[in-house]
Formats: sequence, structure tokens, C-alpha cells
Amino acid sequence: MRMGSTVLGALAFAALAAIAPLLPPWLISLATIAFANALVVLGLIILWRTGLVPFGQALFYAIGAYAVALIGRYTPIRDVFFVVFVGAVAAGIVAYLIGFLLARYREIFFAMLSLAMSMILYGILVKTETLGSTDGFHVEAGSFLGWRPQGGTRNLAIFWLVLAYCAIAAWLVAYYFRSVAGSLTHPIRDNEIRVEFLGVSVDRLIHLKLVVSGVLAGIGGALAALAVQHVDPAMSYWTTSGGFVFVTILAGAGSVAAAFVGSLLFELVRSIAVTLVPGEWQMILGTALLLTILFLPEGLGSLVSRLRQRWRRGTAP
Amino acid sequence: MLTAFAIFSDGLVYAAYLFLVAVGLTLIFGVMKILNVTHGSFYAFGAYGAATAAGVWYDRGLNDAGGLLFMVAFAMLIGLVIGIVLERGILRFVYGRDEVVVVLVTYAVFLILEDVLVLVWGARSFTAYQPMIAAGSIDIGDLTLSNYDIGLVVLAGALAAFCYWALKYTRYGRLLTVVIFDRETAAAFGINVRVLYTVTFIIGAMLGALGGAMMAPKISVTLGIGVEVIVLAFAVVAIGGMGSIEGALIGALIVGIARAASVHLVPQLELFVIYAVMALVLGFRPYGLFSQVQPRKI
Repeated sequence: MRMGSTVLGALAFAALAAIAPLLPPWLISLATIAFANALVVLGLIILWRTGLVPFGQALFYAIGAYAVALIGRYTPIRDVFFVVFVGAVAAGIVAYLIGFLLARYREIFFAMLSLAMSMILYGILVKTETLGSTDGFHVEAGSFLGWRPQGGTRNLAIFWLVLAYCAIAAWLVAYYFRSVAGSLTHPIRDNEIRVEFLGVSVDRLIHLKLVVSGVLAGIGGALAALAVQHVDPAMSYWTTSGGFVFVTILAGAGSVAAAFVGSLLFELVRSIAVTLVPGEWQMILGTALLLTILFLPEGLGSLVSRLRQRWRRGTAP
Repeated sequence: MLTAFAIFSDGLVYAAYLFLVAVGLTLIFGVMKILNVTHGSFYAFGAYGAATAAGVWYDRGLNDAGGLLFMVAFAMLIGLVIGIVLERGILRFVYGRDEVVVVLVTYAVFLILEDVLVLVWGARSFTAYQPMIAAGSIDIGDLTLSNYDIGLVVLAGALAAFCYWALKYTRYGRLLTVVIFDRETAAAFGINVRVLYTVTFIIGAMLGALGGAMMAPKISVTLGIGVEVIVLAFAVVAIGGMGSIEGALIGALIVGIARAASVHLVPQLELFVIYAVMALVLGFRPYGLFSQVQPRKI
């Protein structure tokens, strides 16, 4: 089963990469952002399984993005692999540092403190004139190990890059969920003290999860900055974090695949809603969130598993 | 000396504002254990409602003192209606779910209400400066203080004193104290917790709207004021200890003075200083200054 889903996932990513040149350009740009954001959602799922909801994950997202933008501005380095790596490391370091404070908290306090952290960054970015204040600034186009594609080819190349990162991240996170640290996520949610009695430090495990999710969000932000070629403080605003939380709840934390499908669905619905009913986007968002929480507490992903169960019962009565 | 006095007076005014917006939040959290993101909407609806009321009142050229009262009454009526609809219509179905899930429910409602606000009032901004002008100002030494600001501080102080008195010496307040301390034991002793929840939520909503109405003359009533308030109010409540009224008061004073000091001494740090104070306090007291002891579940 586990082997099966790994192969299935790899096939899905390969198939997406293969048909990408045939897709319309708007869909490519949309999917690029959706999958870059899916990396952030993947990080949220890790925390969500422990019962933690970070309302400020945009902090790491923005740090990844600004790291990429700053390298482009102040150094001649353009290689995408290098800049994304730096973005991930920068986000990881920040996650590690604020982890000392955050890892002590649970539930609402955790959610709101991480929100406060991201708002601090937002405040700093807005006040920093040299970084373009609220307007943000331009991100230099990257090169792929010396290759500098232009126009449509560039968009495709970025899409493939994002897909590659997603595939690797999905595999690693699935691997992490099977590891000892990963297996302890649900027990921590159920009863922390019992986990402590197993001889494991819960705070340290949560600290680790924070760093992992921070790195994932950093990569997501770095890729998004490369794709959009622009960064601005709104990337660290709490509504950005709210969007990530929203996708996590809508998709459900049941599986790794849910992050990608959910994120793609979210971007599709958003682009449709913004063109059809521009003023009511937040209302749609809120209503969908409310309905999901009230009637589908495990997310859309649980529909799939429910169907699967019913199908099994149907075939083997 | 002048700067010190200016910091003190500005800090007090800002603290009064913070206390007005934080007290409803902390009350709802203390009793219901719900971190109510919708509080930002109560504030915004209160401010918009007050601005509308001010328009209606002053266009007719009626007297000034009545105008402010009318604004407050109208705003609190809006708070009352939204509070009832929310608690009876949505929240009561999620009692007992994870605290974080309930936060998300209030977040969802907040998103919906943000667009409702635009549907009702449109995207333009409003002003309601008339009471502020009518109140005039007073000179103390070299400083000019607005009487409206002084009134705000007095109101916040009175509200704090009233809450203290109501919680300590009225029947309803004593019942609330019991529920805050232990919900299940309270229910076991025959206290109707459900009714208290509804009443508390409505009072919290009205307090949020009151905060908006009192601030409307001082600010430009525009989109996004709800977001600002919820983040600030959370910082205040987290410093003081969530669910504690005296905590909210102390938290508001600390944040108010700290912000005023930063505005007068190092203006660049204005936004930063609030969260810096919060991080500092939480570094030493993880659940705030007046936090209850949390029993651990085994």
C-alpha cells in the first residue's frame, strides 16, 4: 500500500510534467503558484496532525521569498537551485530561533503567537523604505545551471522546477510520517504527558516540526517569488497565512496528496471567483470554511477515503 | 519632563482604547474559552454604525452630547443583533469541539462579515469627528489635551471598575466567576452554563461595538480596521493573561505606555514595540501576567 502510493505519486508528478507543454499558459502559471503554496500546506499538515495550527506561516513564506529577492538585488548569483536553497535555510534558521518561544505553546496560544510573529515581519517590511515598503520590489529572473530561458519556456521551466521540489518534498514528508518522530504526531495531539512518559521530549519534537514546516514554507515562498518575479509585504500578512490554513482544512490532513489537490483546487476556485464575483471572495472563502468545519471535519480528503470504504464494502460483502 | 508627561498622557489614552477593545475579547475567552476573531468585526461594525448614526444625527443639527449617546446606542444595538445571530445561529453548534477549530469558525465568520460590511456600507471611508470637535480641548501646562481623550480614559476606568464590581458583587458575576474557574463543576452545581454563554457572548459583542463607537470620532472609519484591532487586542490579552479582566487592564497600560514611549522617542519602532513587549512578558510568564494555573490532563 505504502509502496503503491509512492509509485502513484511519482507517476502523477511525471504525467503532470509531461503534459505541461500542452496546457494553456494561464493554467501553467496558476498551477505553479498552487504547487509552490502546496509546499507550505504540506508543512501545515505536519503541525496540524499534532493539533497545532500556525496562523503565521506566511512569516516563513515571506522570508523565503525575500531571501531570493535580496540575493537577486545585491549579488550577481542567479542560479535558481542556489537561491531556493538559501531561502529554505533562511526560513529554517528563523523557524529554529522562534521555535524556542513557540514550541512551549499549544492550541490557541500557538496559533496567535505565530500570527504575532508574522505581523512583526510585516511591520518591519512595511517600514523598510529600501525594500520598497508596501510596494515590494522586483525579483531577478533565475538561471537554471547556466541556462536562461525566456518567455513561455521560462514559465514551463519554473513549473518543472516547482514540480521537482514538490515531488521530493512529498516523498520526504511521507517518509517522515512513517518515522518515529512522525508516528508520534497523533499521540502528542491525544495526550502529551503519556508521550513524555515514553521518554520523548514533546517540546523538542514540536520544535523539530516547526523547523521542518518552516523550511517547507521557505521553499514555497522562494519558488513563488521566482514564479511571480515580485515580492511585497502582503506575503507575510495574516490573510496569506489564513489562506494556507484554509487549504489545509479544506483538503484535510489525512494524506500528502491532499495538500497538492487542495491547493490546486483553491487557486482554481479563486481565479474563477475573482473574475465572476470580485467583491464576494472573502464571503465565499468564509462560507466554504464554515461548511467544511461543520459538515466535513476531516476535510475533502476524507470523502475519498469514505468512498473507498463504501466501495470495498460494496465489492466484498 | 514635557516628553515624559506627553508619553504618560498619550500612553493612558492609547491604553484606554486598548482596554475598550480587549475587555470583550478577554471576557468571552475567560467564560467560553473561545478566542473570538469575530471581535474585530464587532469593533468594525460598531465604528461603521456609529459613523452612520453620527451622520443621521448631526445632519439634523441636533445637540452634540445626545449625538455621542445616539452613536453608542446604535452601535451597541448592532453588536447585540450580531451577537445573538452568531451565538444562536453558529457557535452553539461547535461547543465542545477543539478550541482551535472554534477559532477557525470565528475566523470564517470574520471573513464573511468583512464582505457584509462592504455590501452594507460600500468601500468608502467615513468620519464622525463631530463629538471630538464638540468636546473641545484643555491646556495643562504646555500640553493641549483633547477632552474627548480624557473622557475615553475615564470611560475605560469606569468600565474596568464596573466589571470588577459586577464580577465580585452581583449574582450574575459570581456565577460567571465560577464558570470561568471550572465549567464542569459549575454545571454540576446546577448553573445553567448554556444561558451564561449566550449572555456573555452578547455582552462581549456589545463591548466590542462600544469600542468601535467610541473610537469612530478619532479615526477614519475605513476597511481593515477590524483586522488591526483583533491582532492588537490579542497582544494585550496575551500579556495580561487570557480571560482576566485585571490582566487586560494591566496589559493595556503596559502596551499603551510602551507604544507612546516609542512614538515619542524612536518612532520607527512603533509597530515593533508592542510585540517586543509581548515576547518579553511571555518569555517569563508563558501564559501572561494574570494567568490561571492550567491543570494537565493525564
